Amino acid sequence: MLETALPKLVVAPSFVVMIIFIYGFILWTLYISMTKSTFLPTYDFVGLVQYAKLWRIERWWVACRNLLVYGGLFIVLCTTFGLLLAIFLDQKIRIEGALRTIYLYPLALSFVVTGTAWKWILNPGLGIERLVREMGWTSFTFDWLVTSEMSIYCVVIAAVWQSTGFVMAMFLAGLRGIDDSIIKAAQVDGAGLRRIYWKIIIPSLRPVFFSSFIILTHIAIKSFDLVVVLTRGGPGYSSDLPATFMYAYAFTRGRLAMGAASAMIMFAMVMAIIVPYLYSELRRKRHA
Amino acid sequence: MPEAIHKPPSERAQRVFIYSVLLLFVVYFLAPFFVMFITSIKTMDEIRNGTLIALPRQPTLEPWLKAWGYATIGVTNEGIRGFFWNSIRMVIPAVLISTIIGAVNGYVLSKWRFRGSDTFFAMLLLGCFIPFQVILLPMARTLGLLGLSESVWGLVLVHVVYGLAFTTLFFRNYYVAVPSELVNAARIDGAGFFRIFWRIMLPISTPIFMVTIIWQTTQIWNDFLFGVCFSTGETQPITVALNNLVNTSSAVKEYNVDMAAAIIAALPTLFVYFVAGKYFVRGLTAGAVKG
Amino acid sequence: MRGKRILTGVATVLAICVATTVAWAGEVEVLHWWTSGGEAAAVQQLQKMLNTEGHTWKDFAVAGGAGANAMTALKSRAVSGNPPTAAQVKGPQIQEWADLGVLTNLDDVAKAETWEKLVPEVVADIMKADGKWVAVPVNVHRINWMWCNPMVFQKAGAIYPQTWDEFFAACEKIQKAGLIPVAFGGQPWQEATAWESIVSGVGGPEFYKQTMIQADEKALASPKMVEVFEIFRKIKKYTDRNAPGRDWNLATAMVIRGEAGMQFMGDWAKGEFTAAGKVPGQDYDALTVPGTADAFLFNVDSFIMFEVKDADAKKAQKAMARLILSPDFQVVFNVNKGSIPVRSGISEDPFDAVAVKSMADFMATAKSGGLMPSMAHEMAVSPAVRGAMFDVVTNFYNSDMSPQDAARKLAAAVKEAKM
Repeated sequence: MLETALPKLVVAPSFVVMIIFIYGFILWTLYISMTKSTFLPTYDFVGLVQYAKLWRIERWWVACRNLLVYGGLFIVLCTTFGLLLAIFLDQKIRIEGALRTIYLYPLALSFVVTGTAWKWILNPGLGIERLVREMGWTSFTFDWLVTSEMSIYCVVIAAVWQSTGFVMAMFLAGLRGIDDSIIKAAQVDGAGLRRIYWKIIIPSLRPVFFSSFIILTHIAIKSFDLVVVLTRGGPGYSSDLPATFMYAYAFTRGRLAMGAASAMIMFAMVMAIIVPYLYSELRRKRHA
Repeated sequence: MPEAIHKPPSERAQRVFIYSVLLLFVVYFLAPFFVMFITSIKTMDEIRNGTLIALPRQPTLEPWLKAWGYATIGVTNEGIRGFFWNSIRMVIPAVLISTIIGAVNGYVLSKWRFRGSDTFFAMLLLGCFIPFQVILLPMARTLGLLGLSESVWGLVLVHVVYGLAFTTLFFRNYYVAVPSELVNAARIDGAGFFRIFWRIMLPISTPIFMVTIIWQTTQIWNDFLFGVCFSTGETQPITVALNNLVNTSSAVKEYNVDMAAAIIAALPTLFVYFVAGKYFVRGLTAGAVKG
Repeated sequence: MRGKRILTGVATVLAICVATTVAWAGEVEVLHWWTSGGEAAAVQQLQKMLNTEGHTWKDFAVAGGAGANAMTALKSRAVSGNPPTAAQVKGPQIQEWADLGVLTNLDDVAKAETWEKLVPEVVADIMKADGKWVAVPVNVHRINWMWCNPMVFQKAGAIYPQTWDEFFAACEKIQKAGLIPVAFGGQPWQEATAWESIVSGVGGPEFYKQTMIQADEKALASPKMVEVFEIFRKIKKYTDRNAPGRDWNLATAMVIRGEAGMQFMGDWAKGEFTAAGKVPGQDYDALTVPGTADAFLFNVDSFIMFEVKDADAKKAQKAMARLILSPDFQVVFNVNKGSIPVRSGISEDPFDAVAVKSMADFMATAKSGGLMPSMAHEMAVSPAVRGAMFDVVTNFYNSDMSPQDAARKLAAAVKEAKM
């Protein structure tokens, strides 16, 4: 009896905490998004007015489009690079410890300051462009940071720099969790290394892909400091993201209700992507 | 390495390729650090007058000393050293508690599934996607009601709550790959819930503990938003202090001190990576799993 | 003097021994965003003065985003039911807090210290809600300055401009000489800082008040506003292509190094020149933006005080309010911060040439009606309307939107934000 109740009892506190601190607050936000709250919450219900207004704001559309471009690229690049680095590091590399720390360190630095370094590197008058030109290639141009259409890609560069290390660590943990004997058995069967990775190892990392997808989506959605420090959403508001939009409206501009509405839309967008994936992943496990 | 000589050329080419790729990434990863570091050892005159990414002509340690010991932050002139302790006091309990709960949750959700356990897991994950900024105000109210506003424990609670989803995710997905036969066999042998966790799961969990600790330490150490809203004056974490040092509305900006302070503030996390990294070793697992 | 210090020492000891029972030693918890460099040094003076009177200062410093982070922290604290005793809040946001009925009425201090006579009416109005003083002004920054490097002008054979025609003539010459006419930082607030100066310079005080203070939609969409946008667009031609995202102080550094001729920026830019060892009137000059010689766009920082129950804390609050406008503090604070006193009757001696000119203009424009709150620096309109204006201005500047469209969009965005 106790044996069947025990697992439930163990997760019960987490469940309670989740219901209050996550879903309770989401409901609160949902309600606030249907009020006229300005700089502090008020509770007079007005329906979906804020949502209707939100979609008429050009800046919001720019932010949503940017999230698609940025989020997509960010997730794909981090996963690819992270997996690649993990596999390479797993080849009995002599200086593994040092390399691993180098790949991980960007995570440790607060972007409040690293953002400034990136801003200098990416600025054509201060960083890479100037450096290459001084080396003799005078027509070299790298001005994404100051070009409205390209500035979001600069945010991608800095974001990939910051998060790839962690994805690498997750894949590395996954690789280290795989039983060596499986690989040895395959080698005995005469399979090449590339084939072993492609057919055996990478498929067995499926749960890691799942974790990293969730984590990276989470980071992408919430990217905030990055944009604030690197581009301030500029030039103009060409590199604005929903998170910066939401913060600006909810707190800086005293339009809390609209900030809440934009948060709910962000939440809904994520649901649309994550729920099907989550469903298929969890189902697959049960049938496996 | 005499054996390398005997390797076939294709394999040697492969090694060269692997090392080249790894080193290429090292350049990409170190570039901003390089800029930060050289800036931190320049004088302000040099920064004002020179190229920002040029090497320093007269390196100086002054900015580091200032950032550590006597830079002005708010009404104190003691640099960022005093704020370290605030962060450490908060990070250690928050990381430990959230990691342990995550490990147990992950164990239950992978090896002791019950009706609704997948739903619970899915809800836990989905909940993280609400932007933290909007929950600041209800959180502030809740902490106020609990009598925990402005206390270190309030901040610890917040970090544990919002860290749970990911710690649970890491452990669950790691444990899912562990063959269930192991657990079932132990059960038949009469081992209970905690005994199996202790004897079978924990010994093979080192890599995922490292990942979780790296993630949680980074997240909590670097958090600014919660720190700024749920702490005050003398209990402010180091990120808030760093932010206060770096941001001015109209004062003269000292990039060299800013950069030095940022690197100093990151040292504890770097230390954790370095130490945690040592346990990223294969071999711990193989025996245990077969055992 | 010595006797007083001993007394204070005794008071402090007493305060420590019997903490809450001492009647006249209260604690003020102060939220502010003056956290580093000269700004922090300036605010430390206030802490010292309060300590001298036996009160204690609990620092709640939150920098970033020109007070945006501090406001977020303030809201969380207010919602948790535990606001600080005093908080740095400026402009129309004072009114918003006052409307909640959580602020202390400071009329008694104002009366005793005759604030009405000392502080210009335009400024005083911002500090009041329903005719009662609820905030204390600290300092004044002037926005409509243009910082010039005389060497650049000399090299280019250009003269300091008074009008927009002269301004563009000078730009042409500087550009021909191979230098950058205007050092610019392409961040929304910097763009708005330059833009509002142009509004004032092109349209005059009346137009500025209609558009930037009353946010009148007709005026915002008027041909005059189109003209403002045309000039703003024309200025862009004289900036370098690396301007987007540049911090203001790096733009100032371009003027200091003689790479660029001028920069539109408030008077805090002076601090960068001083730090680089430059002397006003010799290495650099501060001119008013063309057409704004008789205008003074001001940015005034201020503190609000929250209603507290504790009698000692109340006393400390009032003491803080009184000290902020005291001549001693006004001098020491503003010299440190590079701003000017917000009240009259302060000696000019400790201030530099730029500040002295500012002080004279401040008093003169207070009488003439040219003293006006800055929109860009959160003094004139609600944060929602300001944000709407920022979006249009920055989008215009960084795209090929026509000036006509910009004026129309400006009026529409402001209308939406007001609803």
